[in-house]
This record gives sequence, C-alpha cells and structure tokens, in this order.
Amino acid sequence: MTARIGVITFPGTLDDGDAARAVRYSGAEAVSLWHDDADLHGVDAVVVPGGFSYGDYLRCGAIARFAPAMTSVIDAAGKGMPVLGICNGFQILCEAGLLPGALVRNDKLHFVCRDQWLRVENNTTPWSTRYDSGAEVLIPLKSGEGGYMADKPTLDRLEGDGRVVFRYVGENPNGSRNDIAGIASEDGRVVGLMPHPEHAIDALTGPSDDGLGMFYSALDALAVAA
Amino acid sequence: MARVVVDVMPKPEILDPQGQAVAGALPRLGFDGVAEVRQGKHFELEVDDSVDDDTLAKIAEGFLANPVIEDWTIRRVDQ
Repeated sequence: MTARIGVITFPGTLDDGDAARAVRYSGAEAVSLWHDDADLHGVDAVVVPGGFSYGDYLRCGAIARFAPAMTSVIDAAGKGMPVLGICNGFQILCEAGLLPGALVRNDKLHFVCRDQWLRVENNTTPWSTRYDSGAEVLIPLKSGEGGYMADKPTLDRLEGDGRVVFRYVGENPNGSRNDIAGIASEDGRVVGLMPHPEHAIDALTGPSDDGLGMFYSALDALAVAA
Repeated sequence: MARVVVDVMPKPEILDPQGQAVAGALPRLGFDGVAEVRQGKHFELEVDDSVDDDTLAKIAEGFLANPVIEDWTIRRVDQ
C-alpha cells in the first residue's frame, strides 16, 4: 500500500507545492490538506510546509497553530503520527507546543537565502534514518526569523537526549543557539527544521538531492509500522 | 467597555536585533546618549466589562505573547 503523506496549506503558505512534489518523488502519495478542515483524510504522516502563514502577523506561526487542521495534527502527533515542520512549519510546530523553544529574528536582521551545509546529528527519527550519523548535507535555507531560541535547561535537555537532528556547519547563519537547524520531539516523531529539504530533491532544481532522504526516511518508518 | 493595554517585550536574555539596530541608528541621526533600545509590541483592546483579569491574562499568555521568548504586562487605562 502506498503511504499517504498530507501537506497542509494555510493562507500565505508558499512551499506546499514543492513539499507535495518531494513526497511524490519519494514514492508516496501527496494529500493536500486545507487549514480550515479538521479532517486529515486518513494520512499516515503530515508535512507542515514553509511560507508566511497569515502574513507572519503577530508572530510567525502564532495564528496558524490555531487552525482546525493543526488541532487535528496536534492530536495525531500525540498518538505518534510522524510530523515534519519546515521553516514556517517549524515555527508553527513550536508555537503549537509540539516542539520546544521558538524562532526569532535573524541576529544580523538580514533575510538569509543560500544553500546551507547541515550536519545530521540524529539519524534515528522517522525523518532522518536514511542519513549516516554525522553526514553533511546541502539544503537551501531561506528565512528572516530562523534563530532558534530556548532557555538553557531546554537546550541542555535537547542536547543531552540527542534531540538536535540537524546542526549548521560553518558560520552560524542566523544566531541559532548551539547552531541548531532542526530538532525532534521527545518521542522523536515530530521534527522541525528551518532549511528546506523539499527544495533539494533533484540536482536540476536544487543544489543537491540531499533533502529527499527525509522523505524516504518517513516512507521507511511508515512501511515498518504497516 | 474598557480599554486594556497589553505590552509584550522580548525577555532580557533574548537577543533583540531590531532594538539593537534602532540603537545603532540613533547616533548616525545625531541623537547621542541612548545606551540601549529594546523593541516590543503594544496592543490596545476594547473589552466588555464582563471580561475579567484572568481571561485577559489567558489572552496575553496564550496568544499575544510567546512566553518562551517574551514577557507581557496588562493594564486597564481610563478612556
């Protein structure tokens, strides 16, 4: 049976098209989910894609987290459904409390748009098993509020429990604490990252196909579970 | 009806690059002596008298501010 992975569209979402394309590239069926519809249509996993939901009004992700679809995602994540938040999706998952911490304005104030090397720090989550631990991958980063912030006890817990999934290699692009690019929930099922793996699935249209591994990983995890 | 003001500020330990940029611009504009600027948000709510302080606190804590990175204060002001 083909795995079905949902991709949520909010008003202001930009990268739902590429996220759905990445899902299809990996061999899964992409299912479009609408923010105002609490029905997740029986999907096996959900991607919360990037963009500027609700124009980033109030705070990035602050309004999207209350969407009916997100209420269902929070409920499903509690039962172990794999969820991936990319860029604005990461911000939404933090606002929703599925991931700890928050994303703030880049420390140099500039919107950063570049191909960014990341190191895979945890290859045991449903979204990262296809990578070798310590592997370096090239993934586009494009965000103005990508600085990962959390208090010291939270950072210590993330580091101690191996919940940092991706870390920036080289110069820190946005002031993220501990060079954190992506993290996982306590049970590892929910992963969020600022860079865009869905933009790096084909050398024709991206800097690499390194991002595809995240979607293959989810397929592996769903196949094991099935 | 009452006017309620909610001020939201970045926590002291959170870097405030916007405030720093404002502070950095002031000397260039000829204004000296401003040691630090921190930038936050100011909300003005017109609320029914039936809305109690606990409800206002929930609005501030759960929505207007993100307690991970921001502090908030609430005050009722005379119109």
